[in-house]
Formats: sequence, C-alpha cells, structure tokens
Amino acid sequence: MVFIIIIYRQGKAKQSNLHSFPLLPSFFLTFLSKRSLFLYIYIFLNFLVKNKLIKEMVITTTIPDSGEQLQPTFASRYVRTAVPKYKMPADPIPKEAAYQIINDELMLDGTPRLNLASFVTTWMEPECEKLMMAAINKNYVDMDEYPVTTELQNRCVNMIARLFNAPVGETDTAVGVGTVGSSEAIMLAGLAFKRKWQTKRKLEGKPYDKPNIVTGANVQVCWEKFARYFEVDLKEVKLSEGYYVMDPVKAVEMVDENTICVAAILGSTLTGEFENVKLLNELLTKKNKETGWDTPIHVDAASGGFIAPFIYPNLEWDFRLPLVKSINVSGHKYGLVYPGVGWVIWRTKEDLPEDLIFHINYLGSDQPTFTLNFSKGSSQIIAQYYQFVRLGFEGYKNVMENCLENARVLKEGIEKTGLFNIVSKEDGVPLVAFSLKDSSKYDVFEISGSLRRFGWIVPAYTMPPNAEHIAVLRVVIREDFSRALAERLISDIEKVMKEMETHPIRVSTKTAHVTATVDETQDGDDGGKKHIKKSARETPEEIATYWRKLVAGKRTGIC
Amino acid sequence: MVISKATSNSDDFTIHSTFASRYVRASFPRFKMPENSIPKEAAFQIINDELMLDGNPRLNLASFVTTWMEPECDKLIMASINKNYVDMDEYPVTTELQNRCVNMIAHLFNAPLGEAEAAVGVGTVGSSEAIMLAGLAFKRKWQNKRKAEGKPYDKPNIVTGANVQVCWEKFARYFEVELKEVKLREDYLVMDPVKAVEMVDENTICVAAILGSTLNGEFEDVKLLNDLLVEKNKQTGWDTPIHVDAASGGFIAPFLYPELEWDFRLPLVKSINVSGHKYGLVYAGIGWVIWRSKDDLPEELIFHINYLGTDQPTFTLNFSKGSSQVIAQYYQLIRLGFEGYKNVMENCRENMLVLKAGLEQTGRFNIVSKDNGVPLVAFSLKNNSCHDEFEVSDYLRRFGWIVPAYTMPPDAQNVTVLRVVIREDFSRTLAERLVIDIQKVLHELDTLPSKITAKIALNGENADKNVTVVTKKSAIETQREITTVWRKFVMEKKKMNGVC
Repeated sequence: MVFIIIIYRQGKAKQSNLHSFPLLPSFFLTFLSKRSLFLYIYIFLNFLVKNKLIKEMVITTTIPDSGEQLQPTFASRYVRTAVPKYKMPADPIPKEAAYQIINDELMLDGTPRLNLASFVTTWMEPECEKLMMAAINKNYVDMDEYPVTTELQNRCVNMIARLFNAPVGETDTAVGVGTVGSSEAIMLAGLAFKRKWQTKRKLEGKPYDKPNIVTGANVQVCWEKFARYFEVDLKEVKLSEGYYVMDPVKAVEMVDENTICVAAILGSTLTGEFENVKLLNELLTKKNKETGWDTPIHVDAASGGFIAPFIYPNLEWDFRLPLVKSINVSGHKYGLVYPGVGWVIWRTKEDLPEDLIFHINYLGSDQPTFTLNFSKGSSQIIAQYYQFVRLGFEGYKNVMENCLENARVLKEGIEKTGLFNIVSKEDGVPLVAFSLKDSSKYDVFEISGSLRRFGWIVPAYTMPPNAEHIAVLRVVIREDFSRALAERLISDIEKVMKEMETHPIRVSTKTAHVTATVDETQDGDDGGKKHIKKSARETPEEIATYWRKLVAGKRTGIC
Repeated sequence: MVISKATSNSDDFTIHSTFASRYVRASFPRFKMPENSIPKEAAFQIINDELMLDGNPRLNLASFVTTWMEPECDKLIMASINKNYVDMDEYPVTTELQNRCVNMIAHLFNAPLGEAEAAVGVGTVGSSEAIMLAGLAFKRKWQNKRKAEGKPYDKPNIVTGANVQVCWEKFARYFEVELKEVKLREDYLVMDPVKAVEMVDENTICVAAILGSTLNGEFEDVKLLNDLLVEKNKQTGWDTPIHVDAASGGFIAPFLYPELEWDFRLPLVKSINVSGHKYGLVYAGIGWVIWRSKDDLPEELIFHINYLGTDQPTFTLNFSKGSSQVIAQYYQLIRLGFEGYKNVMENCRENMLVLKAGLEQTGRFNIVSKDNGVPLVAFSLKNNSCHDEFEVSDYLRRFGWIVPAYTMPPDAQNVTVLRVVIREDFSRTLAERLVIDIQKVLHELDTLPSKITAKIALNGENADKNVTVVTKKSAIETQREITTVWRKFVMEKKKMNGVC
C-alpha cells in the first residue's frame, strides 16, 4: 500500500489518464477493511497497466522469478510445495533451499549422541573431523593414486594384529583388511573358512556340499546373513535363563566333520559378556585330536576387541590360543571412529586361501585385496590411524577405564531404585542391561517409550529363544557418555519410574475409568466389576506381548 | 632438573612451535600402536602432512568417482557423519530419504510402477555390493526354479563381456558361479550380443550387459541382446534374464539419450545397478540396485527389520555404515532435478569433445572411445615404437595430472590406451590446460631417445660402427620385449579391470 501511495505522490497523478480513476483520498483508505483495500489496490494497478503508466504488474512478477534471493528462506516457494518423493523433480532449486529442506527434515531423526542403543561412535575430535572432511573425496580403492592412504591402512592392520598378539615378527606385515564394518569382515572370514574346508574335503575326496558353522544363539544378524547368502548351515547353541552366551561344552558337542569353524563372541550384543574362548579352545583341541578333524575358531570381537586388550590384558582370547585363526573387530565401535570401518585379521597367510585374493599392482608393487566392496571413501581409514597414533595404548586404556567407571556409576544408580535386576556382568563390554523386577503393572517397553520424551533413546529387547520371556533395557556406555550424562540419565529414569508408579499407564487408566462408571451405574454388582478390572490389567499385558512379538525379530539387528 | 622435565612434559607441544616439538622429530609408529598419547594438534599435523604425498583427487583423471560437491552438501554430510545408516529405528528420516532415492532412480529407469508405488531397490556402498546382491538374487531364483523342476543346480554360470569390471569376477569366485566371458575383438571392444546369446545355456543365471564400458565408455546394445534372448528363450523354453551394469552410464543415458532403450522398458531386464558416486555426483561410497518388481528378488534373501511398528526389509552385505552418502544423493536429486543433471551431463560431453578435438589436432593419437557413451576420451599413440603410452602417463604426472594407461583385455591386448574421464568438475579451462600439457610432454619425449635405447647406445659408442647398428636394432627389440613383459605383468594383475 505504501508503495502505491509513493507512486501516487511521485507526481504520476499529474498525468491526465490517472484522473479518470476514482482515486480515494489517502485518509479514506484507512476506513476500508483489509480485503476491500487489497481489491482496491488490485483494480488500481490493473488500471495503471492498462494505461501503460507502468509496464507490468511489478508485484506479481517478483514472487516467482529469481527474486527469490530476496525472499526470506521460509517464504520461498520451495518450502511451500511438497518435497518430491517418487520422481525426480524436473527443475533445479537453489542450493540453499535444498540444504534447508533436507536439514530441517533431518531434525526429526534422533540425536546420535543421545542414542544409547548403539555401540557406534558418535563423537570424534574436531582435528580428526578436519582430516576426514579433507579425505572425503578420496577413493580408498585407487591405491595407485593415493599410496599414502593405502599405507595408512596397512599400518592400522599391523597395529591391530599386534594388539591381538598375532604371531608376526617385529617388522613383518600382518594379514588383514579394512572393511566397511564387521558384517563385511565376518563374511570375508567365513568365506575364507568355507573355501579352506572345501579345498581340504576335495583333496580327501569327501563330499563338500553341506558346510555348517557353530555359534551361540546370541550372535548378531550378520552371521545369519552369511549363512544364508553363502549357503552354509547355521547351527545355533541355545541359551538358557541366567546364561546368555554360548556354552563352549555344548558348542563343541555340536561340531561335526562338516563344521567349517566355531564362532565365539567377545562381547555379546545382549549383555556385553565375553564368551570363554580359552575353554572352547581347549575342548576343541581335545576333540580335534580324537577325531582327526581340524576345526578352527573365529572370534567375533566386534565390540570387545578394543576393550579386552586394554582392560583385561591377561584374558586369553586372541591369537595366543592356537585354534583362533581369524578375528574381526569394529573400528567404529570401541575403535572410536565414525561408522564405516571394520577390520579382519588372519593369524597367518596360510589361513587365507590364495584364490580369494585379487591382486592389484600399484606402481610396480603388489597390493593384494580381499573385499566385497570396491570404491568407498577413505576418511574412516585415516580417522582410525589418527586415533591409534593420537591416543596410543595409554589413551585407549584411559578411555575404556572411563567407560567402565561410568557403567559402574549408572549400574549403582539403577540398582538404588530397587526396581530393576541387572542382567549385564561387571566384566565385559561397558553396557548396563537391566530388567524390571515386577513387570505386572508396566514393562520395559513402556519405560523405553517414556524415556524417549526426555530425549534418551534406550532400547528394550527380548532375549533370544529359550530366554525370550526376559525383556531388558540396554544402555551402551560410549566414550562420549560422560559422568554428567550418566547422572542425568539416572535422575530421568527415577522420574519415569515415579510417574509409572503414581499414574498407571494410559491404556489401563482409560479402562479403569470405564470400570469406574460401570461401577457407579451397576451399584453393588461385584462380579461384573471384578471381571472388568481383570481385563483392564490384561490389556497392557496383551499389548506388551504384541510389542514383544514385533521386536522379537529386531533384537539381532542391534549394532 | 627442571629443564629435562619440561621437554618430556606433555604440554611441550603448546610451548614449541609445531615443527620443533618432539613428535615431529621421532620416527612414527608403523607396526605397533604407540605406548603414549600425543596432542591432537600434533597427530593432525603429522597425518595431514603425510597425506600431502597422495595424488590430488581433483586432478585424478583416472576415476569416474566424484571429487567435488557443493559446500552446502558438504555441510549436510559432515552433520550426519555420526549417524548410523542401519539404525532405522532411531533415524527414520534417513531411512525415508533412502527410500525416496530408490523411487526416483527406479522412475528414471522406467520401472513399471504406479505414481505412488514404492520401488524395489537398496542403497549400497558401491556398485560392487550392488552387483553381488543382484547376482545373488539371480542365482537364488535360478536355484529355486531348478529345484522345483528337479534338475541339478550346482553349476550356475553367468555370461558377460570380457570388458567387465573386476567385481563380476569377484562375484563369480566368491559365490561359486562360473564366469563365461565373451571375447573382444580389436575393433569391437564391447560384448557382442550375438556371441553372448550363443553362449547362454540352461545353467545361465543371467546375461550381464554393461552400459558404459570402463575401457572406452561405449554402451552395449542391450536392445539387440534383449531381442535375441527373447527369441532364444522362446525356442528353448528357458527364462534367462538380463542384468544391466549401468555403474557409469546409468546417470548419463536417461539425460543425454532418452530415446535409447536399455532399461526396464526392455522386458528381460530384471535388475539394474548404478553408482551414485559416479555420475550420480556424490562422493565415494554409494551405489544403487533396482529390481523390476518384487518377484525378481527372492523373499528368502531379505532380512526384515521392523522399526516403530513398520516393516523395513533390508538386503545388504554390510551393516553399520555412515548415512552421509545417502543424504548427499537425495540432496543432488532434488537440488539439480532432471534439468540440472541434464545440464551437467551435456557440459561433460562438451568438454569431452573439446579435449578430443585438441588431441586429434596434435596428429599423434588415435581416438579409441566413441562419441556416444560415457564422457571419456581413450586414446592411443599412432606410433609407439619409440615411446609408449606408459611413458606419456609418467611424464604427465610431473605436471600433476593423473592419466592412467591400460592394456585392453584378452584378444585386444596389443592395444594400450590412455584414458581421461570427464567429470562434472573438469572444466573447459582444465581441458584446454591438459591439451597444452600433453603437447609439452610429446615435445619433450621427441627430444629424448627412449630410455633403453640411450643406455645401449652409450655402450655402443665405444665399439665399431657396424656393431652399433646391430646393438641399435636390438635396442628397439629390447624395448619391445620390455613392453611385452610389462603388458603381461599388467595383464596378469588384471589391472585394467580394477578401474573405477
């Protein structure tokens, strides 16, 4: 409006045509309602255009054209229309708009730092982030063009192999590769075992079409994947209540001539417990001697591989045991690197069949590769090397001790509430798994839901078969989970518990409310009242069972 | 002893200038983790400095893989670097963005889908994983069919051209499938559909065609392959499908050659893989595989993860990984749109033509690559008796350019080529600069005698003139021998398959 008045005042009114328009005195405009005012302005502008006083409707053209740089971000047309979901949009949009749209939608994702469900690293030093960003456009597989990056990868392999006591000399290179994660690492290790077993059986002239692998039922989903994709039979050792890891005795019983390897887990995903690899090794050595087989062990140290060497240096679980032929570890768990790096180390060259290795030569020197992926970024490899040289043995030890200390604090705080049983063990990966002592009124899934409102992501899981009636909450203690956050979490859990105790959960309140009204109308009918109340209690139980069923498939998918 | 304490103290880094601290003086750990921690600034500086010796990714003309993105996208990538892609429960929006990318790419490839129908596909780490997943699906489908017919299912094979990337060979070896390669000819460097269909038998799980051969960027004739295979399937009653490895061409053809039929418009094409990190214009670490319909992906290979009540099927070889690349892919798709991608690809093609014209003008090269196809220029020396392509490659490195030289696969191995890939960030200026530098290199090589000749010629100076002639002759022979050895060596290592 001001704009029009300015035109009006800038002498255009003096032009003859303008007199034919019924111009209202400016004070009169203030009496008009908003709608009629706009209508008036519109008619006025139309009049101006018609009489060629102004070239075109300036106001209408500014909105859709490149003038969008003038528009405030949230008034541009890009935030007004729906984002494309099924088809690529026909036209480009400014980069600022694209950034804002995606960034804003991503706000609805959980905060990684508050995600207590996952072992995967969510914080690194800014210096390391700088290195990662600088290397983000470097293709890890171009060993010819980026020889230093390749060299750093080899150094990481050497360091990890020595950390796991691989029998290599002072300056021998160890046998191992960097992978995208432990899943790839496990598939490579499994493939090596399968191929070795096949070659052996072929030489002996025996059938080689029914390989199997023995693991505990607490293994991560990737073992199941390996078995299904590479056509290996997965034999799972069942768990029992109170014992949530693989029983070495039962495992060795299940071994037969078609077993390509026994997989032990250092740091079970469910309770963080270490399996007894030493006992497994002894029992298997005995069995191998009796039967003449040669069944090896693989240790899945995805989460425990960077804990045990620093906290329990005397625990024998690695290449010190003669049957352990390969170990995988996740660099992005307690290796303290952002997601996207894992490692698999073989004891010696002989344990990795030559026909699985592809040779790439770079500038004359030979670089053997064994991966399922090809092109990928090299940031994570560089970040892993950064952590090794930056922290050193001492630094890693300090970080792990700190994690365990915080786990202890959290555990004590949870025990103090008096409402939980602690399922996790003191020794092992720093996590606290706890179940409700009394889950008749509410269960752990509701607690998990309530904690989400405070911002915490604390998952609830049911245990694998034979222990599936137990549901636990699991909090993983990562490097960046400080003492202050631990204390905060305890006080939030206390708040949630108080809320649960005083107000029964919503579903039951609703039914209870109905019960009350029924109660009033059907005065004195005791039988009916009892019946309804009973069903009120049944409802949450039903829901919990339903939930459990839903989540049952999920528990192996934790990372 | 205050002084000795001060030097061994941990805060000496803050006192000393960076390059005088003890951390840069001591040799760096290479085989064992160091005992003690060092300051983060020192760790950064040491690693950063060593990495300076790596090639500059932007000047790496060997690779299709994207090396530049907009700063806005860099910001998004950095913000999501600590997000685990596989935690679909905790990061539902990231999962949703992945699904949107799958839908958009499926529509781009003309998958037979309704307006708001979800497509079948997954994001992978790269085309290697994508190809293994697609191959696994074909293998399992074939096995199930053979089992149902009561026929043996232990000798699956796959038919491809000899120009395939190394990952097909990997798939074959790791998943126990026989790889049947169609041989190339010197004048025909892609798979011949006629020969390929001849090689198909009842144990063939699929025929893999390549859209954008890594060697010369040529598109294989998928339409002809489809026609021939339809006929063969009709005659024999088999049901051999086609997979299209569109790693490099998948984001070229829909924009530059919309009329070319190579995708789901052809009925036998059951799955397509494409590298998001090539002409999808995202940094390394993203690929896609799309299936025609749900029926083409055997249910038993899918693992179901349920998140907050809804079911999220997953089919991957990897588990935990960063989600930056998926988000970056979505950014590019909505930022650029169809028109934006088209402009980028047209620009690449134009720069390719400029470079090609520049190389032709020198009069020293044969152009091996075709005009239509992936924007790259593959060229070989007309006369490589004195200096060969490997030397040109070496000399270009001194100017900062990384231009690889490859020998071709079997049956065409006497051709050596230099290959320059034109990426989005390879501007006209850089193209002109490269032509000038190549001219300089040729000039320099002309003034020099070939290395080996020079050496032997020096020895020959002391001897008789007659002898010199003989040695000179043998000098050329020696060089040829060496080239042959080189070629053999490179052939063995299958280097030319390892290009990305």
